[in-house]
Amino acid sequence: MPTIKDPEALSGRFGPYGGRYVPETLVHALDELEAGFREVVADPAFHEELDGLARDYVGRPSPLYAARRLGEAAGGAEVYLKREDLNHTGAHKINNTLGQILLARRMGKERIIAETGAGQHGVATATVCALFGLGCVVYMGEEDMRRQALNVYRMRLLGAEVRGVSSGTRTLKDATNEAIRDWVTNVADTHYIIGSVVGPAPYPEMVRDFQAVIGREAREQILARCGRLPAAVVACVGGGSNAMGIFHAFRDDEETALVGVEAAGEGVDSGRHSATLSAGGRGVLHGSMSYLLQDDHGQVAGAHSVSAGLDYPGVGPEHAHLKDSGRALYATADDREALDAFAALSRLEGIIPALESAHAVAWTLREGAEWAGRGPIVICLSGRGDKDVAEVAELTGDLRNGEPSR
Amino acid sequence: MSASPSTAKRASSLESLFTKLREADRAAFIPFVTAGRPTPAETGEVLDMLAETGADLIELGVPFSDPLADGPTIQAASFRAIRDGIGLPETLRILEAFRARHPTPVVLFSYLNPVLRYGVEPFLRDAAEAGAGGVLLTDLPTGADPELESAFASSPLDLIRLVAPTTPPERVREIASSARGFLYYVSRTGVTGEQAALAEGLEREVAAIRAETTVPVAVGFGISTADQAGVVGRVADGVVVGSAIVDRLEREGVAGTAAFVEELARAVHRAR
Repeated sequence: MPTIKDPEALSGRFGPYGGRYVPETLVHALDELEAGFREVVADPAFHEELDGLARDYVGRPSPLYAARRLGEAAGGAEVYLKREDLNHTGAHKINNTLGQILLARRMGKERIIAETGAGQHGVATATVCALFGLGCVVYMGEEDMRRQALNVYRMRLLGAEVRGVSSGTRTLKDATNEAIRDWVTNVADTHYIIGSVVGPAPYPEMVRDFQAVIGREAREQILARCGRLPAAVVACVGGGSNAMGIFHAFRDDEETALVGVEAAGEGVDSGRHSATLSAGGRGVLHGSMSYLLQDDHGQVAGAHSVSAGLDYPGVGPEHAHLKDSGRALYATADDREALDAFAALSRLEGIIPALESAHAVAWTLREGAEWAGRGPIVICLSGRGDKDVAEVAELTGDLRNGEPSR
Repeated sequence: MSASPSTAKRASSLESLFTKLREADRAAFIPFVTAGRPTPAETGEVLDMLAETGADLIELGVPFSDPLADGPTIQAASFRAIRDGIGLPETLRILEAFRARHPTPVVLFSYLNPVLRYGVEPFLRDAAEAGAGGVLLTDLPTGADPELESAFASSPLDLIRLVAPTTPPERVREIASSARGFLYYVSRTGVTGEQAALAEGLEREVAAIRAETTVPVAVGFGISTADQAGVVGRVADGVVVGSAIVDRLEREGVAGTAAFVEELARAVHRAR
């Protein structure tokens, strides 16, 4: 059950980060959303409904799997995978969309909008809208629609309208702008399901609380399995929802390192990356204060990653706070490492990871030897890689050869 | 910061403007343009043209990469300006050059991030020195960041606050109590852009805000024709026209826009 302990979260702030930097038109809607959220988290009936659907519809709890061959390849580390890829719709995103749509229904909203990058959040939103018969519009950058054509088809099959966004970078950042514009315009009857721990308060806290089920389960599972807490919990960070979801339950466990892995794209020095925490500076985007990739004028820079889901120049404000406070460590993995890890996990464990999650696997392969004696490493395997197979085959030239090169 | 407390207490250029207009019983015509458009070299001419064709106050938009309160017209103008290298520093230089030619008050219309990147204190100092009368920050609603808001409150610049159709009455009171210069009423629930018809009930809504404050109320978002500008000019203290002018400038340049601006100004000035 989501808990509200952190007094900073009540003000919508995580240290200096977070807040509500939005057009005046949305202030009242955010007040209402916050009140609605506080009400449902205190309502046992809400949790009963959510937990029931998580079990019967999503397939929770997701397994914690001991990845022995991966561990060997990672310098002898003891590695566990938290299998969010086995959730219905193939990623962690549905934990949040289910929570938010139950909230939206209680608030009497009839129309749902969402932004999506890789398409996983769009699919998870379209899915719960189909489940409850609500109208659904998903904004998606045209570049991402090209990269993730299969997910576009999926969303349409589920009855959602997918609106291509051709402005700016034509990726997640601009899809989010467009979703916010829609919300500003249709705020009376529409709920905006943000897909990550970003946006104005209460979204970062709310999305974290709906994703925190990942960490609660993982913590119980590893304790039951190993009789101890992990040495490290590792997750990829774009906006950062799967990472906050698995980190949250471990936040007071000092012996457990929290490791967020950002996408270094073509290299942090190349300027073509999405390593917001590692290389960005403080700024305001999409309603909250956080770290941001930006130029000297304060224009938000285009992000880059081979993985559409990490291709975002902002990051959740709680991650910014965890970085500054030193509670979490943020590292990077580049496109090449992620593609290698994508192939490695497929070969070693028979699990094709999402390219996003492959960044966390890549960090483990690189750094695992350092951690080998210290205790188990839990990787949040946030999604499955079916959606990425065509793009990877094209990137590596393997489509022409007819078989994978490695 | 160069502002002394006595500077902040003196009637601002915007207060003086609206006092004068109230005495003359007419509304302010407030055109909005994006800095750096239609070309960086021509923005100065655009501002001169606005001042010479009846603008009482000018809103100068600072281009931003993620203008989430703006519709397609101002988005496109912002993106083009950014491509030409126009950001907040260039916008301040454009303003400073204009100030040397015309006394017409100017409000900078910006998103928060360019100001944060520039530095709040340097911005307040440089914007005042360049001759700005106020600043409107689209994504800094009242109460969102008390520390930042108090930095603005103790500066000579008027921080223009917005009120939306969705703002509840008690919040209107709260916003009005700290308002300076004028209140900007967003006349529709949505983003900037042209529209065929004004929202119904505008007169009632403006009257409701007026009941809460003596600060002048300007209305913007979606006012695109001289007829609409005239209607709003009857009920509000100021009429903001943005996208319709920006669109004309993009398509027809400075010379091709002057007559339209003049027509808007006349409609506002003769509304009562």
